[in-house]
Amino acid sequence: MVKAGISPQEFEEKIKRATVKLLMAAAVYLPRDVKDALEETYKKEKGELQKKMLRSILDNLEIAEKEKRPLCQDTGAIIFYVKVGEKFPYMGSLHKILREATAEATELIPLRPNVVDVITGKNTGNNVGNYLPWIDWEVVPNSDVAEITVMLKGGGSEAVSMMKVLTPAEGLKGALKAVVDTAFEAGPRTCPPNIIALGIGATGEIAAKMAKRGLLRPVGERHPDPKVAEIEEKLLEAINSLGWGIHGTGSGPTVLDVHVEVAERHPATYAVSVMVYCWAARRATMKITADGKVTYPSHSFLDKEG
Amino acid sequence: MSMAEYRLRTPVSEEEVRKLSIGDIVYLSGTVYTLRDAGHKRSLELLAKGEKLPVDFKGMAIYHMGPIVKKKDGEWEIVSAGPTTSTRIEAYEYDFVEKSGVRIIIGKGGMGKRTAEACKKFGAVYTIFTGGAGALGAKAIQRIAGVHWLDLGVPEAIWVMEVKDFGPLFVIIDSKGDNYYEQVKERIGQNLKEAYAKLGL
Repeated sequence: MVKAGISPQEFEEKIKRATVKLLMAAAVYLPRDVKDALEETYKKEKGELQKKMLRSILDNLEIAEKEKRPLCQDTGAIIFYVKVGEKFPYMGSLHKILREATAEATELIPLRPNVVDVITGKNTGNNVGNYLPWIDWEVVPNSDVAEITVMLKGGGSEAVSMMKVLTPAEGLKGALKAVVDTAFEAGPRTCPPNIIALGIGATGEIAAKMAKRGLLRPVGERHPDPKVAEIEEKLLEAINSLGWGIHGTGSGPTVLDVHVEVAERHPATYAVSVMVYCWAARRATMKITADGKVTYPSHSFLDKEG
Repeated sequence: MSMAEYRLRTPVSEEEVRKLSIGDIVYLSGTVYTLRDAGHKRSLELLAKGEKLPVDFKGMAIYHMGPIVKKKDGEWEIVSAGPTTSTRIEAYEYDFVEKSGVRIIIGKGGMGKRTAEACKKFGAVYTIFTGGAGALGAKAIQRIAGVHWLDLGVPEAIWVMEVKDFGPLFVIIDSKGDNYYEQVKERIGQNLKEAYAKLGL
């Protein structure tokens, strides 16, 4: 499956370089959908102070892109979502490649070293620890392609994330209340306008995972199930009616979008999780074919650079 | 709401700081020190023991920020430098303002009653730089004049930065004790019931 002439070592090196580029893309270039939503917000905003803040945000994006600097200094907890085809060659090497690429990217881009020992408080200095970068695996049957999405999750917005197992009696109403209450409590702390996601499932871990999946969905994209999509629309309206606004200053949208992702529940549980993403909602995706061809669907302008 | 614009240079006097009101905009030049949770904690511990701090904060500005840095030809360079959430530092700030004589605090996300009290009593302001704007922040930093307490890690060390027209900084807590975010929050509290109603709660 691998092109004649490319050794496994060369293949691994290539994927490692591509992963460094993926991390650069995420840190430097905000995804198009988020950028569009911010530009639209700027155009509509009437508040003088809020307009200045949005101007700072848009100027910031321009400087970051022009100078290839990380747009925010908090380059986050690094999470890789890997969807790997069962027939993708070197599936077993991906774990090592992603970790090594993270350490290299930390030095090269550079990223902020954000991996801290929970007992001693010591920073590893290269964004690699026993568990970080976190790698979320999904094996895809009958496929020989790997799709890797990286999320750089800032600490300020993650600080308000919640997970709680409600009773079935509290149910959906309890879940909706949790979203409103999280947005209310977050206020200016999460760098609004935010993206908020609600995840529902049988266990706390499932709910949290569903919520994170919601944060990965592009702004403006509705859930395919119309019942869920309707809840998203209602939550979007309700949270924006709170009125926290741009950086909590009382004018403009508090959220750019709300996404809901649902798994099934257990008869006795109704687990909910609410996750918040700052306006700097950084994510990037790359696809690797079995013969080592790499493309960046989220940042397709990078494909031309080779 | 006033929205006057000021250009200040550190060190700033108590008189200059007391002129500022919530909603005002500041562009700051001069020396600015970064100081986050761990830096505040260590500073207060040292001061309690009667020991000296590595820099003199009197009349100066602190920035709640942990930068991305790189070393080029032996010199530190700032790559990205936006604010961190200040609410975590609320526990330390009253004592720090009192004991250090700092005049301008820069962060994001807001601070609480104790900090507002300190601003009023000792003559200081809390301002925010637009959260997430790390590349824009870095452009205002002309050079790194030094670094202290690197043992705390890059984000928590004290970075001594020379800045030019760093801003816009928005005054959120002034030395009259007014807190812009507290005023917004009062309104939001009234909107909460309405938001519940929209969802049938």
